[in-house]
Amino acid sequence: MNLFKLSIQNSKKSFKDYAIYFFTLILGVAIFYVFNALDSQTVMMNVSSSTKEIITLMTNILSGVSVFVSFILGFLIIYASRFLMKRRNKEFGIYLLLGMSKRKIACILFLETLCIGILSLGIGLLLGVILSQFMSVLVANMFEADLTRFTFVFSSVACIKTMFYFGIMYVLVMLFNTVIIGKCKLIDLLHASKKTEKVKLKNPILCIFIFVVSSCVLGYAYYTVTGGVEQIQDASEIFTPIVLGVLSTFFLFWSLSGMLLKIVMNRKKIYYKGLNSFTLKQVSSKVNTTVFSMTIICLMLFITICVLSSALSIKNSMTYNLKTLAPIDVEIKKPIDLTEKRVNDSWEYESRMIEDSKISIQESLAKMDFDVSAYFTDIVTFITYETDLLLLKDTIGTYYEEAKKKYPYLRYETKEEFIKVSDYNKAAKLLGLEEISLKENEYAIVANYDGWIPIRNAGLKENTPVTLLGRTYYPKYQECINGFIEMSGNAANMGLFVVPDMALDESIRANAYLLANYKEKTEEGKRKVEEIFLNIEKHPYMEKASIEARTKIYLYEASIGLGAMATFIGLYLGIIFLMSSAAVLALKELSESSDNKERYKMLRKIGADEKLIEKALFRQIAIFFLFPLLLAIIHSIFGILFCNYILEAFGNEKLLESILMTALFLILIYGGYFLLTYLCSKNIIKEK
Amino acid sequence: MEKILRVEKIEKYYGNKSSLTKAIHSISFEVEKGEFVAIMGASGSGKTTLLHVISTIDRVTSGHIYVEGVDITKLKGNGLNKFRREELGFIFQDFNLLDTLTAYENIALALSIQNIGAKEIDKRVHEVAEHLDIENVLNKYPYQMSGGQKQRVASARAIITNPKLVLADEPTGALDSRAAKLLLERFHYLNQKLDTTILMVTHDAFTASYASRVLFIKDGEVFNEIHKGESSRKEFFDQIIDVVTLLGGDLNESL
Repeated sequence: MNLFKLSIQNSKKSFKDYAIYFFTLILGVAIFYVFNALDSQTVMMNVSSSTKEIITLMTNILSGVSVFVSFILGFLIIYASRFLMKRRNKEFGIYLLLGMSKRKIACILFLETLCIGILSLGIGLLLGVILSQFMSVLVANMFEADLTRFTFVFSSVACIKTMFYFGIMYVLVMLFNTVIIGKCKLIDLLHASKKTEKVKLKNPILCIFIFVVSSCVLGYAYYTVTGGVEQIQDASEIFTPIVLGVLSTFFLFWSLSGMLLKIVMNRKKIYYKGLNSFTLKQVSSKVNTTVFSMTIICLMLFITICVLSSALSIKNSMTYNLKTLAPIDVEIKKPIDLTEKRVNDSWEYESRMIEDSKISIQESLAKMDFDVSAYFTDIVTFITYETDLLLLKDTIGTYYEEAKKKYPYLRYETKEEFIKVSDYNKAAKLLGLEEISLKENEYAIVANYDGWIPIRNAGLKENTPVTLLGRTYYPKYQECINGFIEMSGNAANMGLFVVPDMALDESIRANAYLLANYKEKTEEGKRKVEEIFLNIEKHPYMEKASIEARTKIYLYEASIGLGAMATFIGLYLGIIFLMSSAAVLALKELSESSDNKERYKMLRKIGADEKLIEKALFRQIAIFFLFPLLLAIIHSIFGILFCNYILEAFGNEKLLESILMTALFLILIYGGYFLLTYLCSKNIIKEK
Repeated sequence: MEKILRVEKIEKYYGNKSSLTKAIHSISFEVEKGEFVAIMGASGSGKTTLLHVISTIDRVTSGHIYVEGVDITKLKGNGLNKFRREELGFIFQDFNLLDTLTAYENIALALSIQNIGAKEIDKRVHEVAEHLDIENVLNKYPYQMSGGQKQRVASARAIITNPKLVLADEPTGALDSRAAKLLLERFHYLNQKLDTTILMVTHDAFTASYASRVLFIKDGEVFNEIHKGESSRKEFFDQIIDVVTLLGGDLNESL
């Protein structure tokens, strides 16, 4: 019981020093609970079955991510407890000196961890339950479901899971502490604080050399993922710039720590101004020993920024895209005039499919007992054409040779698709696109996929002629016209040729299209029609028909689900990463505040103003927080560019918005930790 | 002679009404410019408290302390810091050097917090280093120096600002006898050549014998006062020992 009292007293006494550790634990528990309780937040919501499926998938992925997150938090907790142990070396030394056995000390530590663990779990879960109520509002908003009735939700599964994961972490910490205590020597414990840190100045020439070399290597790595990104053929090649980036980050910090000090020391006017010499030595004495953790923190911040901004931009641009890319309720497509010849071509069409391909979409649907005129309005039907005689390589002119080198993975044997200008204009009117008028020997290309537009434009600029059924046509515009005929979640039209009506004839028909709106105008009514329409899938005739349909509702739900998934995973990882790296920095700074306390006391004795001292402290902590952040931001500029390249298909119209959101998170969490560290340190160095 | 320090009937109490400790019970004395005064007393006699209130680290309960006519018991906040920074120099028993800075930087710090230019700092650091014979350790860190060297660096830091008064708290307390002697000779030199006014607290008669005047404190009051006058250091030392014997008790034991 005596031991228990002692450990409680210890925890109480060092609460000020523990504050940030404690705060981080609570936050960690709360976030863990919130993201694991997501599925129960959505149960009460009124969403369609396809959304429910996406939510289930999302919660499965989130719980997988949770395992990863628990590893990060576990490392953080062990790292933090090691710092806190170091602070108390002298205390343990005195215990040992008084004849307390190592086992008893381990016991005290065990009880302390238990106290802190139970307390942080309790408060964290409470906070988590409260936060998750707000989360349900966010989830409802994300899935565009209306939160008809607000009920208080408590997820016992998430609660037990949180307790289980954190329980394991705390047990690990206890084991770790016991091992550390068992290994330490009394003499080291007692003299721990007296060991003066040796400030070694690194060889400045070596520093400059390494600085230049690592900057160059970093520059090369940056180039590989942005300017030279097209050269990357294989996914494994991306590891080279990553490894180079990590190594050069480490060496940059290593050389900078030595170089900066040397440079400033030579500028006597700055160095001997106020407490600058003191602050600089404070920082550099630690930078020397913390290059490694600085590197880790810098990289964590880098990942955080990239993950957050990419995830948010996916969500943002997806919903943004849909408004223009899915303007009507339904779009149906089906191949027509399938022949035996096409069987040899690529697919295998069975005879019943060939049969179905002879009739129109309306007729096919009628065979499945679906009356188009009963449910659809604003119906537009048209046909597109293809021919073996006009392939992609024929339409981009001399750019073909260059394109082959630049984009070797493209299929240049793809058949081009054609549409009559009158048909296109009918569709364009319904889809809210610009209409086109052509002279009898002109053609135009409509496209909206960013990756293909430059290739198309290159062909158009050359005034490449296109020969179709014996007649030649020339481009009307030097650039692609923005447009599409197939609805999709993202801009994916690689190019459709619009030609005068008489340029095409029955012999080269390829696909039939039907665009329409539902007759019902209300949300509810539309959903009902959708249900009836999608029911044709179960009809036996569906076997024969190769109908492809896209509906607005389906596209919205799919993209919302994907966007929401990306957002939640991004948020989860981003917040945990940010919190962990900020907490490590904060703990590092605070754990050394006892040494600093003595130093600041001396400064006070020789007459330094309180303001001057606070300024010095602020600068010291600011440098520690800003150093890794700055490099991480530079990394991120290139990282985001790279992510952007990869995620181009999703569209990137809303990148700025998501970067601003990321910055907001960064300021809130990282800045919050910075402020907390400053205030805690100020409190510690205060004269009592 | 000009009065640098005038202490007037100061009192200092610790604790609350139920348990009151009188650390200083009405002390008055004066220090003139260019004097080297030692304050002696057994532990618990109130000598450290006296130094603390003069150095404004602590506040008096009543009474006044004037430094060149300014009542420092009335100073507050930044005025206090300014006074400490510009008018006083401190030398502590445990040196109080910053372990992350070299000797040069430690000394320079006292000037740089007064916003003095780098050139001026350089000139003055070398000047004061010459007086204290520490030029060869200027680029070393505290952990590379001996105790005596550290204390002389601390002394250099204390006098580089040309303070009106240098306060030394047991400056030889952590030094061996040879280092102590070297340091005291430097104090004597500073006092004689540069006219530095020094007020030193010690319990060591040998250390005190370097002063020009010794004040003895007992139970929070001035018990006795002796001047060196024309006598030699040896004779003065004997005189001090006589008073110490008279005082009796634990001061004797500490010798």
